[in-house]
Amino acid sequence: MAKHVVVIGAGPAGLETSASLAKFGFNVTLVEKEDLSGGHLKKWHALFPSLMPGYEALDNIRKGLNPSVKMQVSTKITGMEAVNDYFTVTGHNGWQAKADAVVMTTGFQLFDAHRKEEYGYGIYENVITSADLEELFASGKELLNRHGRKPERIGFVHCVGSRDEKVNNLHCSKVCCITAVKQAIEVKQKLPDAEVFCFYMDLRMFGRHYEELYKEAQEKYNIQFIRGRLSESTEDQDGNVVVKVEDTLLGKPLRIKTGLLVLMVGMEPRANTRTLARRMGLKSVSDGFIQPVDEVLHSNYTEIPGLFVAGTCSGPKSIADTLADARSAAFAVADFFKK
Amino acid sequence: MDKKAVNFGYIVTRDRQIDFDANDHTISRIVANAEPSLNLCISCGTCSATCSAAQFTDFSLRKIILLLRRDEIKSLEKEISKCMLCGKCQLVCPRNVSTRNLIIQISKALTTVHP
Amino acid sequence: MTFDLFVLPFFIGLLFLVAVLVIKYSRWIALMDAPDRVKAGMALFSVNLLKSLREVFLESLLHRKMFKRNALLGYMHMSFALGWFLLIVMGNLESRIYSGGHINPPYYPIFLKFFIHDKRVLPFEIFTLPGFFRFTMDLLLLYVLSGLVLALFKRTRSKWFGLKRTTKHNSFDRWALTSLWLIFPMRLLAESFTAGIYQGGGFLTNTLGSFFALILPVQYLAYPAWWAYSTMLGVFFVTLPWSRFMHIPTEIVLIFLRNAGIEPGKYPGSFSEIEIRSCPRCGVCIDVCQMNQVGLTGSTAVYFIRSLRDKQPDISLNANCMMCGRCLEACPVGIDTLGLRVGARNVDNKILASDFSYLPARQETEKNVDVVYFAGCMGHLTPAVKRAMLQIFEAAGINYTFLDEDGSICCGRPLKLAGMKDAALKLVAENTSKIKRTNAKILVTSCPICYKVFNNDYKLDGMQVMHHSVFIDKLVEDKKLTLNPLGIKTVYHDPCELGRGSGIYEQPRHVLKQISEVAGVTEERANALCCGGSIGELNMSATQRNVIRDNALNVLCEPNPDILVTACPLCKKTFGPGSGTPVLDIAELVAESMNQEKPALKSKTIVEV
Repeated sequence: MAKHVVVIGAGPAGLETSASLAKFGFNVTLVEKEDLSGGHLKKWHALFPSLMPGYEALDNIRKGLNPSVKMQVSTKITGMEAVNDYFTVTGHNGWQAKADAVVMTTGFQLFDAHRKEEYGYGIYENVITSADLEELFASGKELLNRHGRKPERIGFVHCVGSRDEKVNNLHCSKVCCITAVKQAIEVKQKLPDAEVFCFYMDLRMFGRHYEELYKEAQEKYNIQFIRGRLSESTEDQDGNVVVKVEDTLLGKPLRIKTGLLVLMVGMEPRANTRTLARRMGLKSVSDGFIQPVDEVLHSNYTEIPGLFVAGTCSGPKSIADTLADARSAAFAVADFFKK
Repeated sequence: MDKKAVNFGYIVTRDRQIDFDANDHTISRIVANAEPSLNLCISCGTCSATCSAAQFTDFSLRKIILLLRRDEIKSLEKEISKCMLCGKCQLVCPRNVSTRNLIIQISKALTTVHP
Repeated sequence: MTFDLFVLPFFIGLLFLVAVLVIKYSRWIALMDAPDRVKAGMALFSVNLLKSLREVFLESLLHRKMFKRNALLGYMHMSFALGWFLLIVMGNLESRIYSGGHINPPYYPIFLKFFIHDKRVLPFEIFTLPGFFRFTMDLLLLYVLSGLVLALFKRTRSKWFGLKRTTKHNSFDRWALTSLWLIFPMRLLAESFTAGIYQGGGFLTNTLGSFFALILPVQYLAYPAWWAYSTMLGVFFVTLPWSRFMHIPTEIVLIFLRNAGIEPGKYPGSFSEIEIRSCPRCGVCIDVCQMNQVGLTGSTAVYFIRSLRDKQPDISLNANCMMCGRCLEACPVGIDTLGLRVGARNVDNKILASDFSYLPARQETEKNVDVVYFAGCMGHLTPAVKRAMLQIFEAAGINYTFLDEDGSICCGRPLKLAGMKDAALKLVAENTSKIKRTNAKILVTSCPICYKVFNNDYKLDGMQVMHHSVFIDKLVEDKKLTLNPLGIKTVYHDPCELGRGSGIYEQPRHVLKQISEVAGVTEERANALCCGGSIGELNMSATQRNVIRDNALNVLCEPNPDILVTACPLCKKTFGPGSGTPVLDIAELVAESMNQEKPALKSKTIVEV
């Protein structure tokens, strides 16, 4: 009988892992807590660096899914146990399965920007997050601030909830720099007269064509990059958000009014991923993401034989990295069954 | 520092580059020992953005830390005396640098080592 | 015969002690500031003296505060202090019977049983005067000895006495302690042996004496025992001025000076010298110190004060303190541990320069408002609190101005706590003139740190200073604000500077009770824990602060509240990142409660799996 693999979480990682596992001929059940697959990508308007629409990417990923993959939606995993050479996986609704291997593709959660109170999210109306902006883009609505005006100046704040020990997140979320560049370009495409500023600590343009997109942002869209991390924002009487940074390259504090301030929220391990990992006795590391056996050589293996990880539950990744990691996980599972 | 081995009868103006080898590393070593979080600074500028003093005067903890790390200590004492120790910088530092103690330790090292 | 050579160790020790005390006291009086000296002099002839005597009786003899802490601990201290005191008083009275009412040399009552063998009194006679004294003296000795037994138990069973940790004494203190402990057993042996020889003594010494006479050659042992007793007294008296037992005479002076209205906090100075010597090193401050949680045990008040007394101040001991005031609250002697700490820091940091000449010379235009609001430096990092306060001012129809809307000049308290007094005064002057120009009647601040210094050190010509929690309470009392219940459970965290620092415990709770169910926690009000974010502390690392924060959060969230409420931006910023329960300022909850009938609060994040 074909081996049964349970994949937890039907975001891009879960979908791609399941598709690849099915191609190997395994019985695959893909469990999803929501009623629809796709994860965060469902709400994402466009992907860097090509600006490919999010729905297009998702459609393509979904298309790879062989009909033999059993979808188990609206099921939150409440328990998992390793018994001899198999796992029992239990859902909140009584769903239960016996699996020869499990792949955790539980993804990430976005940093809750309320936790950076000094940035004013939830306090000043014209402070939004990158996810809010993406939803706004996806809705096709006109780009207006919360006062119904076209913002004349838009600011992007990098590293919100990333590289910040004050919110217990030392790690870099990897994708926010390039996302900010992408969103800045999209804003300029919609509002050519607006001024756009990015406030950054370091610009981490690590992927192919990212630097090119950065150059395009400068060259074609005149987007300004100011090296300085936001300390706090205030609101003026007209509802503008006043940003306080140090222009560190000039060595002077800088105050600048923006009609809309976008916080580039980072990735965090999901609270339930942490709990699940703790219950399974996986090694806990300070950033809370699941620690594979080796980050370089065995990035999909955990310390428990038969339990694998793929995608952002083991650290921030772009969609491209996630898909590659997912296929790699499927190969690791196949390899595991051979032994 | 400023040791004149031979008097050639003329003075060469010091060029503006940081002569790291000639600089005295004592102070930075003392401070790093007394407040190890000095080494955690990533020069993001959050401290100097929030600084209560910096809105009135040219004062930047970020610059002070950099100057100290390069052992460019000449103007430091004057700079550091502007700090009100209010602690805002400590509350915003993403690397949890103990900024208040750092200020006091730099100030102390400067006054005790080369009074 | 009313003299014997063996009294000499005691007598010389006593004379020595008196001489040392006279010299020390004279020096302190000489060192005292002239106005303080006048105050002290006046107090000698006023009702203050009675007040002080009452306090000496209650605290130095009865050890009332110790009793409140732990009955066994209180009994132990009381038995030594009151027991010994009564032994001296009663012994003196008893000796008068035999000396015909004359004043005797000091050693006479102490060694009375050596000199007098009153065979007319039967051992168990109580209802005659000599019999009463003999009975009472034995009873008192037994009382002191019971304390000694407890003290021995305390060495290994400190938990019975409510102490997890006890003071680590230095060797000198151990010598003094040993001599003190041996005084009373020696007295018991000396009196019992003598009673055994002469069939004298009271119910205790007679019984023991008769027993010893059966098995021991008491006629040879009695005299050496009197020598030993006298020697122990002598050793104790000679070591006392340099040991922790110096607190016995000094605490009385401290109580007197404090009641005379002399302000603590001048270090170095004669008052602080007296405070330092009033520390009995009882160790009550050790368990309450949260620095223990991160292994910083060396800088606890008792050791810090000892380092000052030993003239070996250690800069890191002075710096390693959150200035939360829990030790001050617990101290049975009431030593101003925080004032001494700041004083020591002032000495350490005297060399540090400050220059605020950059502050703008321009003066704000004169205003005419009822209320001036000062958010404070840290308040600018909690904009939700600022916004809530502005909403409250608007809702209550207050004519106000927001003084530091565009950024604060620090209030000076952080510099003061760091031991940079002169620098702090410059900022105090700067802010004072800004505040005064608003011509407001009330100064409201959201920051307890600012509140404390505004209240204590600013001279604002009668302008009332209020923390926002107190101001809100007043608005509600004056019916200027209407609050709606939020249907939630809260826990209130007392910020150090507001609670212990300024004595404000009730008003925030009074406000909170009108909008929520306020759950109590084990350590609150005067015993509240510090959040760990303290600006009083300089040396601690972020990791250590987080440990203290998390332990405090465990206590505060024990009743499982919906919201953890505080009244300090620093506490809020400190707790926030470590708390699973949302942390809000009292002003935010009030704004929420007045804004709507049924406010929708963000519910707790539920961890799903």
